[in-house]
Amino acid sequence: MKFQYVPVLIAFGLGGLVAAVFVAAGMFLGPRRPSPVKEAAFECGNPPSGPAWGRFSVKFYLTAILFIVFDVEVVFMYPWAVLFRPLGVFGLVEMSVFVLVLTVGLVYVWRKGALEWD
Amino acid sequence: MQELVDSLVADGFVPGGLPLWVAYLGAMLVFGGIVVFVFILPIAGITTWVERRVAGRIQSRIGPNRTGPAGFLQWLADGIKSVLKEDIVPSAADVPLFKLAPYVVMTGFVAAFVVVPFGGPLIIADLNVGILYLTAVTALVVVGILMAGWASNNKWSLLGGIRSAAQIVSYEIPAGLSILPVVMLAGTLSMQGIIGHQGWAPWTWHVFDNPFTFFAFFILFVSALAEGNRTPFDLPEAESELVMGFATEYSGLRNLLFFMAEWGNLYVIGAVVTTLFLGGWQIPLALADHPVPRIVLQFAIFFAKAYFWVFVAVWLRWTLPRIRVDQMMIMCWKYLVPIAFVNFMGTAVWMVLFPAGVPAVRVLLSLTAAGLLVAFARRVVFHVRRALLTREELSFNPLSTARVMSRG
Amino acid sequence: MPVTTAVFYLLAAVTLGSACGVAFGTNILYSAFALMGTFLGVAAIFVLLGADFLGVIQLFVYVGGILVLTLFAVMLTHRIDVQVSNRAVGRLPGLVVVGVVATWMIRVARAARWTEGQPGPPAATTAGIGDAFLGTYVLPFEVASVVLLAALIGAIVVSRKEVKG
Repeated sequence: MKFQYVPVLIAFGLGGLVAAVFVAAGMFLGPRRPSPVKEAAFECGNPPSGPAWGRFSVKFYLTAILFIVFDVEVVFMYPWAVLFRPLGVFGLVEMSVFVLVLTVGLVYVWRKGALEWD
Repeated sequence: MQELVDSLVADGFVPGGLPLWVAYLGAMLVFGGIVVFVFILPIAGITTWVERRVAGRIQSRIGPNRTGPAGFLQWLADGIKSVLKEDIVPSAADVPLFKLAPYVVMTGFVAAFVVVPFGGPLIIADLNVGILYLTAVTALVVVGILMAGWASNNKWSLLGGIRSAAQIVSYEIPAGLSILPVVMLAGTLSMQGIIGHQGWAPWTWHVFDNPFTFFAFFILFVSALAEGNRTPFDLPEAESELVMGFATEYSGLRNLLFFMAEWGNLYVIGAVVTTLFLGGWQIPLALADHPVPRIVLQFAIFFAKAYFWVFVAVWLRWTLPRIRVDQMMIMCWKYLVPIAFVNFMGTAVWMVLFPAGVPAVRVLLSLTAAGLLVAFARRVVFHVRRALLTREELSFNPLSTARVMSRG
Repeated sequence: MPVTTAVFYLLAAVTLGSACGVAFGTNILYSAFALMGTFLGVAAIFVLLGADFLGVIQLFVYVGGILVLTLFAVMLTHRIDVQVSNRAVGRLPGLVVVGVVATWMIRVARAARWTEGQPGPPAATTAGIGDAFLGTYVLPFEVASVVLLAALIGAIVVSRKEVKG
């Protein structure tokens, strides 16, 4: 089984290698004539107004938190799903309890307005 | 893979005395290299050509038609052009991260192909956790995009990167929940195992197993489009508002890498829905006895199914307008996630009620899908006919014009 | 198995190297991105131990979720000057803490009874985990949903001040 995962390691390497080959080709074949204007940040033709690294909306953060909670939840369901057919009714009841509790969570989030994007 | 090498060793193709793991490693490297350079890169390029040709037809224009027959070599020309462009690194950028980001995206993209089946025994590695692995490596792309967006030190890039990250992680939830019904039916996470649980006939496919999986299929496809930043979910790189999103400051080769990953991902989307729901590479066994034509046929059928969904994605892109950020979030959390929950609980109940499945429902659902396909084919034929009408026919033949006008 | 051992040390080097990057980096954003190497290394070590499901979950939850959340948090809260990392507690207290923790860990590692795994292809682990969830550990499994619910409510309370009607 460990052999199965060697290709994953190789694929990671190959991905980097492909990118490196392309970047290297660009370095050799492309021109290199830097100028201050060319290297300025692109703001539709206006001179850039300061760095872009400012704060952004907390809504994105909330989305990420929601994601993690539901993500972990989905992860819990996969082993159950693999075994579902042999488990039958028993598995269904168990998962219903699990899902019910989380549905409460989803309804709560919904009612609190956290799913609104305003 | 391993079986292939084993048979090669048995046939004496591998020099004796060579440790087995060296043979495995060599075979994996060769096959991986072939997959990357002969399949992934060209398929990403050719898809850009297909996209532009289809877009041209949809918008009643021609599309690229100068480079090669019907403009087929356009993708190569674009690639060569990108190589010859200057690789600009903005002076205000965070240089190490700026340079690292395309590598991360590319790694995540190529790593996804490890578990993508190509037909019969052709798969780089049939991991036990195949489909879960595929959804997990998307994470690398998210990180890479976020890295690119931040490192560019450009307002458009940052907004695009953050939007993209939020969008991809959000739509991973409905996608994950829509994969569950398939996992329940097949009882495995392995890609080949899931395909093996289906047959060649449409009524044995997972998508037609019950009404819930039918909807799960569409939820998965929509979520996959969103994860691939495709229209109508292309807000991260919305050219009319964010210039080019997270890739705004990237030029030449680095830009090419991002877009190669994006168009290549389209094929991954098609391959995933084909594997999970549409029977994968299954063909009637009677069709081919010899292994070689069988593998070729299996590859052809898998590719045709997968590429059909690439075509659908292209078609959607040039048909639907882009949605807003709030709509995108609402669609995910208020519609897709609850429906996906219902789908997977519904499938569970269905499987408990009918452990052997209901053949009538399967046939009925397949017929529905066939009807949809026929309707779609008629529409395509109509548009092709209209496109083939000459100017004279359009203006002098009142019948054809009237027909066109009333429907178009 | 010299190859496996070599791979293990390679992965351990990646993991620890990235972890050092996280700990010693002066740019907090670089620290956050270096976390990716650590997570990937840990995932790979899980796979090496035969726990493929756990490895993929590590990738799925940590790189896809926790890391993105961390990055968002860093990007959200930093001032324009991203170069500033957390203030150090000072060299001596740091050394003392590290020393105590390291001694403790080495003692635990030496006291633990290590069992050698069976070489040979282990079975797919996903079904085994599911079996444990629904059999022996069914109560913790159900309680996990309550924990997740608590996390969800906490997230809403922390990040949304105004209460919508």
